[in-house]
Amino acid sequence: MTSLNKEINFKLNGRPVSVTVPVTMKTLSMLRDVFDLTGTKYACGEGECGACTIRLDGMTINSCLMYAVDCDGRELVTIEGLKTGKALHPMQKAFVDHGAIQCGFCMPGMIMQADYLAENNPGLSREEIQRGLEGNVCRCTGYTKVLDAVIAVVESGE
Amino acid sequence: MSEIEHYLAPDHLDEALKAMADGDVTVLCGGTDLALQTESGQRKYANTLINIRRIDSLSQIDAEDGKIRIGTLITVTDIKENQVINELAPVLVEAADQFASDQIRNVSSLGGNICNASPAGDMIIPLLVLDADVELACWQDGGVQTRLVALNEFFTAPGKTVKRDHELLTAIIFDKPAADSVARFRKSGPRPALEISTVSVGIGGNLDNGIFNNVRVALGAVAPTPLRARHVEAALEGKSLDAENIKAAVASAGEDATPIDDVRGSAWYRDHLVRVFIEEVLNDFLEQRN
Repeated sequence: MTSLNKEINFKLNGRPVSVTVPVTMKTLSMLRDVFDLTGTKYACGEGECGACTIRLDGMTINSCLMYAVDCDGRELVTIEGLKTGKALHPMQKAFVDHGAIQCGFCMPGMIMQADYLAENNPGLSREEIQRGLEGNVCRCTGYTKVLDAVIAVVESGE
Repeated sequence: MSEIEHYLAPDHLDEALKAMADGDVTVLCGGTDLALQTESGQRKYANTLINIRRIDSLSQIDAEDGKIRIGTLITVTDIKENQVINELAPVLVEAADQFASDQIRNVSSLGGNICNASPAGDMIIPLLVLDADVELACWQDGGVQTRLVALNEFFTAPGKTVKRDHELLTAIIFDKPAADSVARFRKSGPRPALEISTVSVGIGGNLDNGIFNNVRVALGAVAPTPLRARHVEAALEGKSLDAENIKAAVASAGEDATPIDDVRGSAWYRDHLVRVFIEEVLNDFLEQRN
């Protein structure tokens, strides 16, 4: 199997990085296997479940479907880039405080998407949050506490 | 698996088209369909992988001279949020709102959704209702050549279109809908999000004093390609929108829809849903008017 490689440069969680990747590699594999950033999860691999959600130039995307070469010149933020120092990000803290996490596997993606929603839509209603999280599947929680957590952040305005 | 020999991410259209001239090329845009299709083995990469997302001239929305022109790179999220589209072609926004999830909408391009040529492609249905054309560009005789193809003549089979391998779909163009125009989109699936439509229906036209003109009815997932339902259109064209004519339109749906049984629904169910949606949308128009 031949594989063409390409050098790309981009910002990863605020730091400029340079890496050479196969042109067909997906961003999720690059994050996990090249950068060892294993917070972003592989679950369905088909863009259905949202466990691999990251930010690309501010927008949330499914990193499992995103060609790594297309990150060239752009800015990525993963779950590892959310917190500052040792303090949890307000969305992470809200999920913990509300007991929104059970097995936790879907949570990095869920929190990335929830943070994107809260940032872009101040004053979101519960129903709007539900719709906004449609692309994130959780098989444990039943979502109620997840919604409570996101609502709390939206209402606190953090 | 990967036999790619060249990867390009040009900034300008002419560079892209020159690189595509031999036709041995895979176009990468949002990648949400390409990634799945190549990983499942359904599709093979060509010699050159060309990423068109850096070509700024393909990511504009313009409304000039009575036409709306949407660049091929415009994402489904762009459609949802664009003011011009919200004002002038809300049926596109309606479909965009029901398209996959935020994470997919944020990268999926309008051009990609069209070129993927799924019988169930959700953005295709409202564009058929708007009677859109697609602009195809190629590099020929030392310059960029373009041609326009009516979207309703673009699809030939599931995943197949009249676009040649050396051509790039560069824009989607349609007439600015008139003030008395109406248009709605409906889709069905077990849940709204991330659902490949079991059936989708779009209906539009001009409603002037209760008379329905320029009727366009588009159906998704009930035939090998998205299609215009000519029999339903004929049953409505120039007629007053009333209970009797709506009934006749619904009755003629069977002549346009030729659904199959598959994992998402049986032919019988699809045939039924098409009729229900046509009736519901036409009744919505009636109510809007009253």
